[in-house]
Amino acid sequence: MDSQLPRLLGVATGETLYMTSVAAVLVLLAGLPLGVLLVVTDRGGLWERPALNRVLGTLVNVGRSVPFIILMVAIVPLTRLLVGTTIGTTAAIVPLVVAAIPFMGRVVEQSLREVDAGLVEAAIAMGSTHRRIVFQVLIPEALPSLVRGTALVIISLLGYSAMAGAVGGGGLGDLAVKYGYMRFRTDVMLGCLVVLLVLVQLVQWLGDALASRFDHTGARSSR
Amino acid sequence: MIAFRGVSKVYTASGREVAALRNVSLRVEAGEIHGVLGQSGAGKSTLIRCANLLERPTEGSVSVDGQDLLALNPEALRKARQGIGMIFQHFNLFGSKTVAANVAYPLEVAGAPREAIRERVEELLSLVGLSDKAQAYPSQLSGGQKQRVGIARALAPRPRVLLSDEATSALDPETTRSVLGLLRDINQKLGVTLLLITHQMDVVKAICDSVSVLERGRLVEQGKVTELLAHPSTRLHQLCFPAFAPPTDAPSGRRVALTLAGEHARRPLLGTLARQFDVDALLVEGAMERVGNTRVGRLLVDLQGSADAVSQALAYLREQGLTLEEAAHG
Repeated sequence: MDSQLPRLLGVATGETLYMTSVAAVLVLLAGLPLGVLLVVTDRGGLWERPALNRVLGTLVNVGRSVPFIILMVAIVPLTRLLVGTTIGTTAAIVPLVVAAIPFMGRVVEQSLREVDAGLVEAAIAMGSTHRRIVFQVLIPEALPSLVRGTALVIISLLGYSAMAGAVGGGGLGDLAVKYGYMRFRTDVMLGCLVVLLVLVQLVQWLGDALASRFDHTGARSSR
Repeated sequence: MIAFRGVSKVYTASGREVAALRNVSLRVEAGEIHGVLGQSGAGKSTLIRCANLLERPTEGSVSVDGQDLLALNPEALRKARQGIGMIFQHFNLFGSKTVAANVAYPLEVAGAPREAIRERVEELLSLVGLSDKAQAYPSQLSGGQKQRVGIARALAPRPRVLLSDEATSALDPETTRSVLGLLRDINQKLGVTLLLITHQMDVVKAICDSVSVLERGRLVEQGKVTELLAHPSTRLHQLCFPAFAPPTDAPSGRRVALTLAGEHARRPLLGTLARQFDVDALLVEGAMERVGNTRVGRLLVDLQGSADAVSQALAYLREQGLTLEEAAHG
């Protein structure tokens, strides 16, 4: 244990938080519409567009099946185009976002599909527009599930961000590898793990707390 | 107010065609409560869902309040649907919204101003007796209360027509009675035309003015409830009064089945037989049922007395216009 440890951990934690939070916001902004589209364009959906649905579904599957470490390298040109460099914490955000959007899309899709079809039907019977059904019925009804799903995606982002360290993204993963592993600094390794563990717990706890706050179905089933 | 003309609905499931409705024509007059009675799988659900085009008929036309729904563009159909309320077996309340917000929803759809919405919601919740539950969530309510919220929500935009999709099937008998009472009140006080589907004869007897019987996608019968029940040959009568079991004992007189309806149900007929014709009537089996404000009954009696007197008594009953069938001898 030396006095460097807190400083190293502090900087790395800051980088991880920066990567993860910026990525999370962007992923949320893109993943929500993507998930909504996946649901409404499906057969029997509000805005049936089977061709578009297939294209989106395929894109999502491709995105989901490429291992993150490979994706990161593969989209280097895109990263350079967007941030002007391929190295550093900001550059690491690009592959994080690209990797997590399809994941978020599926999570949102899943949540929205859990909404009782009877509610959508009731909304249609009352003469609702599609926009109103999405924003006033589907999303509010799925909110607890959406929040839990978002927590899951953010936790995955924390994991991905550790890998992003490998391309000079910095952060806790990077610190753990460079100091903890390569320099046999067990204290740094342990410190990184503890901070990551705390972060994951924190996100999970926050997600659960928010989800149950939005959940009005109570202990009893709504039927 | 509601008219189905030659409506058919065919589903294609895994290459095979299944007809849920076959050439159904149906009229519901303004201010009426019309019940569609049928077993599960008879096509009732499809039928009521055609009344606001949640299902599109494969053939035929559906008009509500003079509007041919199939001819409307999507925007006009949305407007038309705002004038057609619907309540559901499983209530379909929005679990994420309070009771007040559920009732406000269709008013927001209709673009009503905020203050008007607040007033209307209060008015409706007091109509259904749930003013104290405005800020509760649906999960905190009992089944009967949920359906009352469903009714308040359906009535919010002042529809002229209310569709009820098995609204009481998930409720216990006590709650069913109170919800049916509420629907009857609404029909009478607000003049809302009601089309309801049910598999429960009791619902038809309790509140329906007219009824259609649906079997395997076809309408087999349609008419006023009291008129149909008065005739033993109708499907409705047979559903309401199951055939008497074959007798295990020998008749103690001439065995006849009497159907009492309307006027006849209000007169002491058996006493008249005894006094005027010296004929005693032994009640073998039977039931009297309340239908709306009248009674209908079916009795199996053994008429005891001299052969002459019994014949005269039977002639008298026929003269009175009573429907009677003689049980097969032997």
